[in-house]
Amino acid sequence: MPALIDLMQAGRRVERHYPWPRAIVDGEVWRSAASACANGGMSLLGLWGEPSRVHMAILDDRTSDIGVISLDCPDRRYPSVAAYHRPALRLERTIHDLFGLEAVGTPDSRRWLDHGRWQTRFPLGERLNASPDASPYPFLPAEGDGLHQVAVGPVHAGIIEPGHFRFTASGETVVRLEERLGYTHKGVEALMAASTIEQAARLAGRVCGDSTVAYALAFSQAVEAALQITAPRRALWLRALMAELERLANHLGDIGAICNDASFALMHAHCGVLRERVLRAAEAAFGHRLMRDVVVPGGLARDIASDGPATIRAALGEIRRHFPALVDLYDNTASLQDRTVGSGSLNPALARQFAAGGYVGRASGRNHDARRAPGYHPYDVLRFDIPVLNEGDVNARVWIRIREVEQSLSLVDQIIAGLEAGPISVPLQNGSAPSEGMAIVEGFRGDILAWLRLSGDRIERCHLRDPSWFQWPLLEAAIEGNIVADFPLCNKSFNCSYSGQDL
Amino acid sequence: MRKLLFQSLLRQPLTEQAPRPDDAALAELAAMVGHTARRRLGRSLSIREVDAGSCNGCELEIHALNNAYYDVERFGIRFVASPRHADVLLVTGPVTTNMRDALERTYNAMPNPKWVVAVGDCAKDGGCFAGSYAVVGGVSAVVPVDLHIPGCPPSPMAILRGLLALLVDVESGIAAR
Repeated sequence: MPALIDLMQAGRRVERHYPWPRAIVDGEVWRSAASACANGGMSLLGLWGEPSRVHMAILDDRTSDIGVISLDCPDRRYPSVAAYHRPALRLERTIHDLFGLEAVGTPDSRRWLDHGRWQTRFPLGERLNASPDASPYPFLPAEGDGLHQVAVGPVHAGIIEPGHFRFTASGETVVRLEERLGYTHKGVEALMAASTIEQAARLAGRVCGDSTVAYALAFSQAVEAALQITAPRRALWLRALMAELERLANHLGDIGAICNDASFALMHAHCGVLRERVLRAAEAAFGHRLMRDVVVPGGLARDIASDGPATIRAALGEIRRHFPALVDLYDNTASLQDRTVGSGSLNPALARQFAAGGYVGRASGRNHDARRAPGYHPYDVLRFDIPVLNEGDVNARVWIRIREVEQSLSLVDQIIAGLEAGPISVPLQNGSAPSEGMAIVEGFRGDILAWLRLSGDRIERCHLRDPSWFQWPLLEAAIEGNIVADFPLCNKSFNCSYSGQDL
Repeated sequence: MRKLLFQSLLRQPLTEQAPRPDDAALAELAAMVGHTARRRLGRSLSIREVDAGSCNGCELEIHALNNAYYDVERFGIRFVASPRHADVLLVTGPVTTNMRDALERTYNAMPNPKWVVAVGDCAKDGGCFAGSYAVVGGVSAVVPVDLHIPGCPPSPMAILRGLLALLVDVESGIAAR
């Protein structure tokens, strides 16, 4: 089996692509990369397009090398990756919807983000005017005696993002779930093209509201890589502080919400209080409850308030006092465990195949965390564990979150203790020649990939890949054989992003 | 669990602790919202929330309205699952072309009288997503909007304040009819 370095060397290395290499390859190498992902040994990190080019980001599992291979396709066709490696499928359908590039040999040529309602086709490629197409979406068939379908969404019963779920059930048992997403597609990548770095940073922070810090961080790191600059040490540490607060708030919210979907409202109420404490501390320290628009390319837009560290410490002290009792409550309530243990099991082999990040991957044996590998400062000098379990059920995903709350509490302490005075940003010096940057950042949900090409102070092309791309399909697998009534519980334990995926 | 429940019975409610300016304002607001809602709507205002394409930020803060600090249910304001049960449609996000239909259908499924509240900067005019091929624009481009609550996202307090403004507006609207 080829190593990533062999694939890269078979192609032509692209200059000014940082920090990992990019190479332009031919169709043969492209296909062998796809097949290497399928056979294990390599993980697909991303797949995205340009008007007549496709890019594939790959992680070599053995050497931890990362690289991007690119294939020029002047005839607007390229060999399908999904034909070998299914995790690429929705990304490929998206490339077709946005750029009009055809994946030859794809097992599924239905549209994905394009619901036939835009006034245009291929909005990022060679645009075609289109009149709205109201033909129904062809869901995959399921055949058998006594099967019935349940259609849910895009408007759901709760306060959640929109998406459509089509269940085929035999009695109470789910035989097949098919997701249809794209309802919140806002055309972010088109808006970013030709925008200034500043405008694009605001957009990046609005791709996915619960991960606004992580997205701003990924985007900023990619810009800094392209410009070959480094944010000052104080900015890097405060970024990590915000990222951990974001992780804490989301995990606390999720733990409560998962229990709530098992009708155990007590946990929800108490976790909601702890989450609120984190958000209030964030507002006091950084001026915004979700800490939006604080992380910017070059550093930070503003420094932490002078009493910020003390406020955060006080809030975290409160969490430390109350959280252990909630963990005990979770662990010792038989009626709750009855719902979470054994429900929505995700097979570790699937988690590995899809390179699932975050608690979805780590609850199913995939020991991966972008803070550790590829890693970025200050996590290289901070002490933290990456919890991993193999059960893969709802319970395991809850426990991963519980353990990560504990790790984040410790990380916040270490970061506050290690904060040094100093500048919080460096000016962006625009290079004369176009350059490309890439970053992989660990959000609370998993690894976010950002890739961009800068030309002067403008974004030429920017692609942001949410961790949900490789988690949503796994939910379809995990729900199989469970009862329909357990879907909200399983879904919440995955808590995939709609807006991050739809972009 | 019994211990935790018992403690909850004995402890002061969270809303009455920590008399910082925020909490004082919240208490005042709470009394006003409660009073007006009770008078006009018999202590029940049912809200159906629809995300018409938001980034999920506004949803997080709308969720927070239900936590122990804001606890909107004590005013009789509650979130319902069906538009058939709703008085108010709370809409977030720039309306995407892919969600336009669903938003219209949700609005049409609500009985009269009904009100629409647009939450967040995107819901006003599309925010930073305005002009995209995939975005229709603000909520008012699709359904009539009675009130707009600005913010990115607006804090739970701001949303609560907005709901009070709506109740006042509803009152004068009914008087004018």
